[in-house]
Amino acid sequence: MRKGFLFGLAALAAVSGGLTAAPQSVQAAGEGVPVPKFDWTFSGIFGTYDRAAAQRGLQVYREVCAGCHSLDYIAFRNLADLGYSEDEIKAMAAEAIVVDGPNDEGEMFEREGLPFDYFPAPFPNEKAAAFANNGAAPPDLSLMTKARGAGPDYLKALMGHGYEDQVSEDVLQEIFTLETDKRVQAYELALEEYQHKLEVYEDKVADGIEANRPTEPEQPLPVESIEDLGLSDGLSFNAYFPGYGIAMAMPLFEDGVEYADGTPATVEQMAYDVSNFLMWTAEPTLEERKGMGIKVLIFLIVFTGILYAAKRKVWADVH
Amino acid sequence: MSGFQSNNGVIRWIEHRMPIFSFLDHSVGSEYPSPKNLSYLWNFGSLAGITLVIMIATGILLAMQYTAHVDHAFESVERIMRDVNYGWLIRYIHMNGASFFFIVVYIHIFRGLYYGSYKAPRELLWMLGVVILLLMMATAFMGYVLPWGQMSFWGAKVITNLFSAIPFFGETIVVWLWGGFTVDNPTLNRFFALHYLLPFVIVGVVILHIWALHRFGSNNPVGIDTKGPQDKIPFHPYYTVKDAFGLGVFLVFFAAVVFYIPNYMGHADNYIPANPLSTPAHIVPEWYFLPFYAILRAITFDIGIPFTGVVIIEAKLGGVIAMFGAIAVLFILPWLDRSPVRSGRFRPIFRIFFVLLFIDAIVLGYAGSQPAEGLWLAIAQVSTAYYFAYFLIILPLLSVFETPKPLPTSISEPVLRGGGGTLAGAPAKPMEKA
Repeated sequence: MRKGFLFGLAALAAVSGGLTAAPQSVQAAGEGVPVPKFDWTFSGIFGTYDRAAAQRGLQVYREVCAGCHSLDYIAFRNLADLGYSEDEIKAMAAEAIVVDGPNDEGEMFEREGLPFDYFPAPFPNEKAAAFANNGAAPPDLSLMTKARGAGPDYLKALMGHGYEDQVSEDVLQEIFTLETDKRVQAYELALEEYQHKLEVYEDKVADGIEANRPTEPEQPLPVESIEDLGLSDGLSFNAYFPGYGIAMAMPLFEDGVEYADGTPATVEQMAYDVSNFLMWTAEPTLEERKGMGIKVLIFLIVFTGILYAAKRKVWADVH
Repeated sequence: MSGFQSNNGVIRWIEHRMPIFSFLDHSVGSEYPSPKNLSYLWNFGSLAGITLVIMIATGILLAMQYTAHVDHAFESVERIMRDVNYGWLIRYIHMNGASFFFIVVYIHIFRGLYYGSYKAPRELLWMLGVVILLLMMATAFMGYVLPWGQMSFWGAKVITNLFSAIPFFGETIVVWLWGGFTVDNPTLNRFFALHYLLPFVIVGVVILHIWALHRFGSNNPVGIDTKGPQDKIPFHPYYTVKDAFGLGVFLVFFAAVVFYIPNYMGHADNYIPANPLSTPAHIVPEWYFLPFYAILRAITFDIGIPFTGVVIIEAKLGGVIAMFGAIAVLFILPWLDRSPVRSGRFRPIFRIFFVLLFIDAIVLGYAGSQPAEGLWLAIAQVSTAYYFAYFLIILPLLSVFETPKPLPTSISEPVLRGGGGTLAGAPAKPMEKA
């Protein structure tokens, strides 16, 4: 009986562990260098948001990101979660101009924002956003940390460690090796195909059939610099962006914002802060979830123990 | 007519007019005799039933807040996550509940495969189970479309497009399924309607499944029929308490995922709103479809008459046939495995092939998550071949050539080692309280 139970558990673990690891590995198998792991206060069973960092992140969002990126799912009232008082929220909302209406005369009118209003978007629609940004509309940031495989690590790496001026020599070399290998592989495949085509061509020529001689693939040049990657015009290099060419120019610069709490605004600090803020916008119920999870698990484990005792007692006369 | 008694006057009053209490007692109570040697692998049937109830309960709550419209679906799900009281909890339970439902059902199926639970006289019971699996797959697929994220949209597009492989009528059928010329609002609306309907159809088939089960009772790890009352114990309290304990263990796993890694089994791309103009780099179904997805993509070759160039089945149609065939073969399984011995315990050669099948299913799942090219494609093809060979070649041959080990004379023999059992068919205890 015990053996059967262990087998059941093992089966549960095998299926849940083995199979569910698979979809994750697809993202991991994506091209490019691995995203570095950073420490976050919200990871782990007892994780909570670093409110000071998230508040600074909000400041970075408002002063830097909000020029291009919307934050559609966040209303000013939600900022109470990050420790802002009602008056602060009202003041922040009042800075926004909101189109409301129609009024009793049927006219739309502008008014100051109120706490229940959502963050205003920088562009009236996606077309306008794309038009103002070389054809690529900047994505909404509300869910960005959940919409990318590596989550907040990815955001911080992208903004604080990935651009040409920021990236470390090691990562750069890793990318060059990776890309050179890819080119060599592609070349080898093309060469194989070429040889096959050449045989077909030669057979045809021997049979007197007219045919076009296939072109021999060119030997690839090794990737030794960012220029060698051949990114299109208007794209910036970023080590962590898929394909390395990102439409967003480097957004963060030393002292780009002046933090209200006096924290030195280094690029890494700002990247950390805004990633914290965007993790909160994506998962505002994280603290409630993790807090409840502990209670639920403790209850379930104790209750399951009691059920096990009951089971032993009831079955005592069968064994 | 039954041994049902109660001290409670209200219960007696109701029972006299509508014998529901004795019905329950016969169904899952002290009047339902079960083999005494069921292992914990027999917990997964009741677990699946409970998971179905969890899914329906959370699903109805979600449906009250969800908007089935391409312009609002994604946003309405985010409102559930942010503004609805405990909406995040209900959605994460529903989202991960689907995965756990499949985990439980897959274990339940493999248990049936190993212990020969599909064999006479339980063929109909098994076939009804396969119907439930099919309905579950349809329901899960349509449910995944509802949040209208990138994977929702592109998954719907890929899977509905499979029907275009049907000769002559394919394109027409796909347009009919979509309700338009692409996956769009009519598609989302009908998927929502069907996603709400099918779980209740599943409930109906589950009732039939349990009805068929009660005809001959549970199979058991030894696989021989119960010989008399000494082989049986009443379902209540023995299996009710054992199932309750199993449920507790299950809920610990479930809660750990819901509260700590709720998005682990999902795909990040589904937090990007659906965009028909931008195809994701890898379109991957949910993990529980991956083995079937691998089988679908393993058929990369046209099937025709050799050396003539005549194509009878194109690769795409071949893949679709193989994928549906992977389930269809389960329907006829009771007639493929003719060995009179049910339990794999007494079938030494069968055991080896069964373990290979289990590994094969996991390999197929992994191959399904990888791009269909190079080594993984080859592995998927070999694994697909083994999957079908197991059912169509190995089992029929084993029925003839395998010599099973001697069977015990009764269930009590292996259970009561040393022979002495004081429990003579544990008399059904009267129900003391309702």
